[in-house]
Amino acid sequence: MIRKLAIAICVVLPVTVFAADPLVPLERANVDVTNRAALQRGAALFVNNCMGCHSAQYMRWNRVAADIGISEEMLAQYLQVTGERPGDQMRIAMPAADAEGWFGLAPPDLSLVTRSRGTDWVYSFLLTFYVDDTQPLGVNNLTFPMTGMPHALWEMQGLQRAVFSEPADGGVPTFDRFEQVTEGSVSPDEYRRAVRDITAFLAYVGEPVRAERQSLGMLVVFFLLVFFGFAYMLKREYWKDVH
Amino acid sequence: MTDATRQGGLLAWIDARFPLSKMLREHVTEYYAPKNFNFWYYFGSFALLVLVIQIVSGIFLTMHYKPSAVDAFASVEYIMRDVPWGWLIRYIHSTGASMFFIVVYLHMFRALLYGSYRGPRELLWIIGVLIYLVLMAEAFMGYILPWGQMSYWGAQVIISLFGTIPLIGPGLAEWIRGDYFISDATLNRFFAYHVIALPLVLIALVAAHLQALHETGSSNPDGIEIKKVKGPDGNPADGIPFHPYYTVKDIMGGTVFLIFFAVVVFFMPEMGGYFLEHANFVPANPLVTPDHIAPVWYFTPFYAMLRAIPHPFLGVVVMGAAVMILFLLPWLDRSPVNSIRYKGPITKVALALFVVSFIGLGYLGLAPVTELYTWIARVLTFIYFAYFILMPWYSAIDRTKPVPQRVTS
Amino acid sequence: MSNDGVDLKKRRFLTIATSVVGGLGVVAAGVPFAASLRPSERARALGAPVEVDVSRMEPGSIQRVQWRGRPVWVVHRTDAVLERLPSVEGKLRDPASQVLQQPAYAANPHRSIRPEFLVLVGSCTHLGCSPSYRPEVAPADLGPEWQGGFFCACHGSRFDLAGRVYQGVPAPTNLLVPPHHYVSDTVIRVGEEQGAAA
Repeated sequence: MIRKLAIAICVVLPVTVFAADPLVPLERANVDVTNRAALQRGAALFVNNCMGCHSAQYMRWNRVAADIGISEEMLAQYLQVTGERPGDQMRIAMPAADAEGWFGLAPPDLSLVTRSRGTDWVYSFLLTFYVDDTQPLGVNNLTFPMTGMPHALWEMQGLQRAVFSEPADGGVPTFDRFEQVTEGSVSPDEYRRAVRDITAFLAYVGEPVRAERQSLGMLVVFFLLVFFGFAYMLKREYWKDVH
Repeated sequence: MTDATRQGGLLAWIDARFPLSKMLREHVTEYYAPKNFNFWYYFGSFALLVLVIQIVSGIFLTMHYKPSAVDAFASVEYIMRDVPWGWLIRYIHSTGASMFFIVVYLHMFRALLYGSYRGPRELLWIIGVLIYLVLMAEAFMGYILPWGQMSYWGAQVIISLFGTIPLIGPGLAEWIRGDYFISDATLNRFFAYHVIALPLVLIALVAAHLQALHETGSSNPDGIEIKKVKGPDGNPADGIPFHPYYTVKDIMGGTVFLIFFAVVVFFMPEMGGYFLEHANFVPANPLVTPDHIAPVWYFTPFYAMLRAIPHPFLGVVVMGAAVMILFLLPWLDRSPVNSIRYKGPITKVALALFVVSFIGLGYLGLAPVTELYTWIARVLTFIYFAYFILMPWYSAIDRTKPVPQRVTS
Repeated sequence: MSNDGVDLKKRRFLTIATSVVGGLGVVAAGVPFAASLRPSERARALGAPVEVDVSRMEPGSIQRVQWRGRPVWVVHRTDAVLERLPSVEGKLRDPASQVLQQPAYAANPHRSIRPEFLVLVGSCTHLGCSPSYRPEVAPADLGPEWQGGFFCACHGSRFDLAGRVYQGVPAPTNLLVPPHHYVSDTVIRVGEEQGAAA
């Protein structure tokens, strides 16, 4: 009984204490899900760099192809490297149990990551990996401290070190700046663009119907406004009777 | 073939067997409603409109949804992506849930404003509060179905509330869940409640609500009885037939409402995380609670009260009392007048404070707990109850203005 | 309330106009709901064309695959079978395949693209049972007239080895030939016309 009450209190009075809060403010991703070129680049980056571990299992390959404007031949040639059928979902071959052994936690499916965490979070997360020898994988992340994910894009970005400023009064160190340790294969600006493209693609994957939804919405609201015109005139006409 | 069919055609044939014309006359063409309805009187019609929208969209969702812990989350994404137009139907339903509460809260506020709950409309009000209760249950059970993190942990919290009841609590919570934790069994039965049991009750109560309304006649912003003054034709002098006058007016108003509805569905279906919460895009995980959990916005005023009370069971009692006290309202108001227009300054301040407390509690229920917020919530809870408990006193002593014989426009 | 000076014509016009526009809106709103009952993307993915490898099929053998939830047969007919086909035409209901139960490229005496490989949907055209493959000639249970074919145990419908229906049985038409084509010499793609792949 006492235990039940204690549980109830804990559950009823939740407090935000979990340690995974970002150490730095999130950067604005400003993605445009109608930019097909960006989505195509993002799709290629996602498939080649993320889909080793992460699935996007609610998304179908042929839907992606149709929406980002590539043919099914190109889809098969550039994206579906393991020979899936066009209508298959974007699953991965890695068994969850193995993944848990390697990373401590199965890498989550990313179909809805931009809807649960937001595009800014995804964008910032991919930008804020830094070298940290105290971590099992040798890297840490400012946006998601103690993340179990390795820096999958380290070859592109190069490795960076986080410099923290130690307050004189011995308080909690705060993040100051990054220092590049090794050069990446692309410039920092190009890396930002690549990460933005991946984020845009994930934003699209989170809600593939978004663009259609908004354009249809304009039509529906326009129709309702026209209908309101008629309804208003009809009401005014009848209410002439009421004095 | 009878004479009636030959003379009056199909309608007469039906009328001899079923009171179709009579019902249409009683409830539509010859139902006399006060001619001075204002903005606040739209929300009853809107509530009916949302009910229809929810039933229709809900029926189509059940055709694709799977009420099992394994498949539920994926089946919602299946609706969002693979079912043709499924996304639209789902967004209509999720938006409709929140819209239902917006409309019902404004409808109830109208009753507070103009004393619509007062005699002879006590039963009308009581049926209305029952509708509100069933609606809360309906919304709560519906929110579990997507089987996301918020669905899961929201259900966990609410069902734990039943567990705090002394003696029977733990057994009761187990009986509600049908398991030792929120599980497939819970989801399955909540689906049954959500799509069959509660909608049936809801529809029956709505029918009773309308029947009671048409028995007493609608109230109006002046809070006077239009039946008292009859015109030469024997109908209320200040009444107009519901059809065509209020049908055309409600069509016009309903269109404006649908525009708001469509803007949410098409441009902001998540409504910044209030209509569809971010954490609910993560599948339910019994081992990990989301960092920050709060119920959907329409429950937060009561949730804030619960958190403001340091004792779990007392918190539940207070929360329950906050809803139950609504039933007593017709007998708490001792004012000689019904409408806020003729009530005095104390009543007006009391109502204003009540609105502030309700909205304030709603905000606090969404916010993380801090000591300051807890104290504010306690004050607001106190105000909420004071509005009702002190009503017999302040409504009786308050100054009032003279009430006109006829409605004012 | 007074009804003096009411412009009834205007009233009628506005009532009709509002009803028409509103009716259009209701119908338009109904379209997505009706359309949601069509096969979903998952159903389409599951109903995608199926590839059948015929390279290892012995003459006389049958291979059964599932396409859109229905049995599809691929039969490797022997030369003897093909030679016997014309001999039963007198007893058939539609020997020349005039009823549209096959794509144009299978509207020939052997009802197939290549004579030796017959591709059929294995559902009886009577009430949808799946007939059995009975290639043997004159077995005891089917009688001495039997030249090999498909027999439906449900209601006794008989088809020859080109899926053509016999006279005097319940099934009204020949068995359906699904759209199919050869992607290579030995692989048949069932459920898709030649060149349909975009």
